[in-house]
Amino acid sequence: MSLDTAGPELGTRVNDFAVKLANVNGTGSASANSLLMKAIFRMGIPVSGKNLFPSNIQGLPTWYEIRVNASGHTARALEYDLVVAMNAQTYTADVAEVRSGGYLLYDCTWPLAPELLRPDVTYLGVPLAALCSEQFDRPRDRLLLKNICYAGSLVALLGIDLDIASALLDETFAGKVKLRDANQIALRLGYDYVIEHLEHPLPFRLEPMAGTEGKILIDGNTATALGCLYAGATVAAWYPITPSTSVMDNFASLCRRYRSHDGVNDFLIVQAEDELAALGMVVGASWNGARAFTATSGPGISLMNELLGFAYYTEIPAVIVNVQRTGPSTGMPTRTQQADLLLCAYASHGDTKHILLFPADPAECFEFAVRAFDLAERFQTPVLLLSDLDIGMNDWVVPELTWDDAFLPDRGRVLTSEELHELPRFKRYADEDAEFVTPRTLPGGGPHGAYFVRGSGHDAQGAYTELPDKYQQVVDRLSRKHTASALHLPAPVVHRRKGARIGVVSLGSGDLAVREAAELLADKGVIVDVMRVRGFPFPPTVRAFLDEHEMCFVVEQNRDAQLRSLLVLETGVSTARLRSVLVYGGLPLSAKHVVDSVLTQTGHE
Amino acid sequence: MPSISKPLIPLAPLRRNDLGLTPRDYDGAMSTLCAGCGHDSVTAGLITALFELGIPPYKVAKLSGIGCSSKTTAYFAGDAHGFNSVHGRMPTIATGASAANRDLHYVGVSGDGDSLSIGLGHLAHAVRRNVRMLYVIENNGVYGLTKGQFSASADIGSTSKRGEANSFAPIDPLLMALSIGATFVARGFSGDKERLVPILKAGLLHRGLALVDVISPCVQFNDHEGSTKSYLFTREHEVTATDFVPPRETIVAHVPDEGVLDVPMHDGTSMRFRAVPDGYDPTDRLAVTRYLEERRAAGEVVTGLLYANNDVPDLHELNGTPEVPLASLPFDRLCPGAAELAALQQGFR
Repeated sequence: MSLDTAGPELGTRVNDFAVKLANVNGTGSASANSLLMKAIFRMGIPVSGKNLFPSNIQGLPTWYEIRVNASGHTARALEYDLVVAMNAQTYTADVAEVRSGGYLLYDCTWPLAPELLRPDVTYLGVPLAALCSEQFDRPRDRLLLKNICYAGSLVALLGIDLDIASALLDETFAGKVKLRDANQIALRLGYDYVIEHLEHPLPFRLEPMAGTEGKILIDGNTATALGCLYAGATVAAWYPITPSTSVMDNFASLCRRYRSHDGVNDFLIVQAEDELAALGMVVGASWNGARAFTATSGPGISLMNELLGFAYYTEIPAVIVNVQRTGPSTGMPTRTQQADLLLCAYASHGDTKHILLFPADPAECFEFAVRAFDLAERFQTPVLLLSDLDIGMNDWVVPELTWDDAFLPDRGRVLTSEELHELPRFKRYADEDAEFVTPRTLPGGGPHGAYFVRGSGHDAQGAYTELPDKYQQVVDRLSRKHTASALHLPAPVVHRRKGARIGVVSLGSGDLAVREAAELLADKGVIVDVMRVRGFPFPPTVRAFLDEHEMCFVVEQNRDAQLRSLLVLETGVSTARLRSVLVYGGLPLSAKHVVDSVLTQTGHE
Repeated sequence: MPSISKPLIPLAPLRRNDLGLTPRDYDGAMSTLCAGCGHDSVTAGLITALFELGIPPYKVAKLSGIGCSSKTTAYFAGDAHGFNSVHGRMPTIATGASAANRDLHYVGVSGDGDSLSIGLGHLAHAVRRNVRMLYVIENNGVYGLTKGQFSASADIGSTSKRGEANSFAPIDPLLMALSIGATFVARGFSGDKERLVPILKAGLLHRGLALVDVISPCVQFNDHEGSTKSYLFTREHEVTATDFVPPRETIVAHVPDEGVLDVPMHDGTSMRFRAVPDGYDPTDRLAVTRYLEERRAAGEVVTGLLYANNDVPDLHELNGTPEVPLASLPFDRLCPGAAELAALQQGFR
């Protein structure tokens, strides 16, 4: 075997590289991969781990990408310094993905077919299967522990702190001594083999730094669930759907941990018969004064349309978490996209508009989840939190979540029974405040507060009407109320550069890639300002940013330029000013996508 | 169409319940249904049941979907909160509402289109969850508001007003409910308020979901020869399985001791039945199912409180929720606070 076909020498790079691991799903690789990522995090180095997995339980190809970057540029990389090829089904494609001069780690228990050899790649063979077969008796152990074995090899090759990796295994298998010991042995098997047989560490390597102080590793769905817990949500209803399921799984386990005392549960979670029912339960509970939410993905939103319009028109709060995946239809359930923007903004028949929040990372998932409940109750309307699979299901390095114990929820305008008593007559849709919100009452809150919720045409008293003026009075107020909510949403985040005449607009999970792209573009002489919108409806500052720039690129992860459409529709900006950068193949955005597209469209390349 | 105000007919002397309220305090807006509609009789039955049980109107939440039947939640208990939701989804709203506040009496009013076609799945799952509520289906075998299409409860061979015969098998909500663990199943006839009111009262006091299917003829589109949901057909083919006497009532005395069966209620009282066919046991699910199937095959409509089981916990009991409504829990009891958040995140490193 020509294992030493070394390619051109790369200069030594510290804390700046990308590794791609090719695995078979359902074989236990996920725990090995997250072990590596966590260990790097504990060394204080900014890192990201992206799981590119199939919609399948066992047997199909799955990949995991780790990017390390001392400057915090941890959006998805498209070039890999090292590929760990653990899946014979995808060898050809995986070998092709190694950057010129990079490395490929494979299981050399079996020879590599000659056609897989590239002259510009260094092949690192570790006999993983052979090592594990020698060491472990049970076939299952031999298979599973191969993963920890390659992790051990990577610890040696990349310069990961062995003590940290070992400590992580101890924590993972605390209380399971046999499992812990077997994993520790496997880790050392892979590690020792590299130390004895291969050159190490590789020219790109890790060195401890202090880049993760005050930071945590968390996925967006866990953070969202925490936000719902802290917001005081007591009723949750849902229907299982990838990639949102772990929102409710986490909410349930958090509730069991913090809201369960002496067999009394201060929460009620219903696994509904479908998404229609899930939103129906949320609306019913919110009408009755509980903070309630559901979590779903695109197909669920499609089913919820009717009730979204109902809640909008009857002015009942509701919080809906949409962890977006790739559409249309079933689409690619385990791939990411931002393609539900228009659907969510105007969901349901008739004139409807909703409040949307666009978190960019798990820290904002937590913060915005809490705000979603305040907004829903203040404006008595559905609020949709639009996360996506990349944020929701991958671990991100974010600042530690904080909580202010003085926080009190904004429950909106709800009349107490004393206030009701003062009123000559309660009218549900009258007495609007400066933001066009009218007071509501809660069932059971005492006599005199009753009103009739109806999705049919109603007047300011809530009574049935078919009179044009009375109908319009209510729907016109709803429109004004929606507009007024803009100033209460998270404001856009703007990063400016001196001399910039071009703007880049983005939202959600694309943020890291866009900000990295802005730096790379500046290096090439293309100076851009960046604005990330964080909510819909847009405040006036959004239009102002668009007007300030000769040209704006709207970067989003869908085919039809949905954010661009929303900006045109809602700010009235000229379509000619807005160009698009669209990446919608289902994998997370990379800075390279943005840089290449902007350079091409500005005539630089 | 502006709402029509209801003429006040002097009723003297007005009866008063334990709360000092009169039946008029349980009245609602003027019905806009057709004259003679069976649904209006059900509404009247609900007014009587709520009045006689002495439930404060503001402790009642009325929920419905879409259709003629669903409009009726506006016609009773005007001082109760009402919720006219979207077509077929009422059970989901009721489930969520009940989850948030277990202290209210939930009255769901639905129809055969609402509950047996578009909302069949939701009805089934509300039954499975044993959500504590009275769930009334005003069943007329026809879509009234859209002018006379067959519903899923129309019998095979039953004809429409235009003479077309239905060829698809009917869904019997009670047999379906029995097969998925219903804990209270009854059938009434809107033309027989005397028997209907006690059933509604029992349903209001039931521990879980009380499903009451009321044959309620549609005078416009389904009260003709050839219909099996007409007043005439129901009168001629009705068989009564039980007479039901609600708890805490003095008229228990007039039920003969012979053949009387007491079914214990959750609150320690009991429901008292008189089995009309000898040996009818409303606690024996298999026997009830068999009896209903047999009578159905014979072309008969069985009425009465047909099955009751008070031993099954409702949604809240199954969930272990506190006695006080979830919606009224104070925020500091729900939010774990900053110190817990910091402690939790030790594990995120």
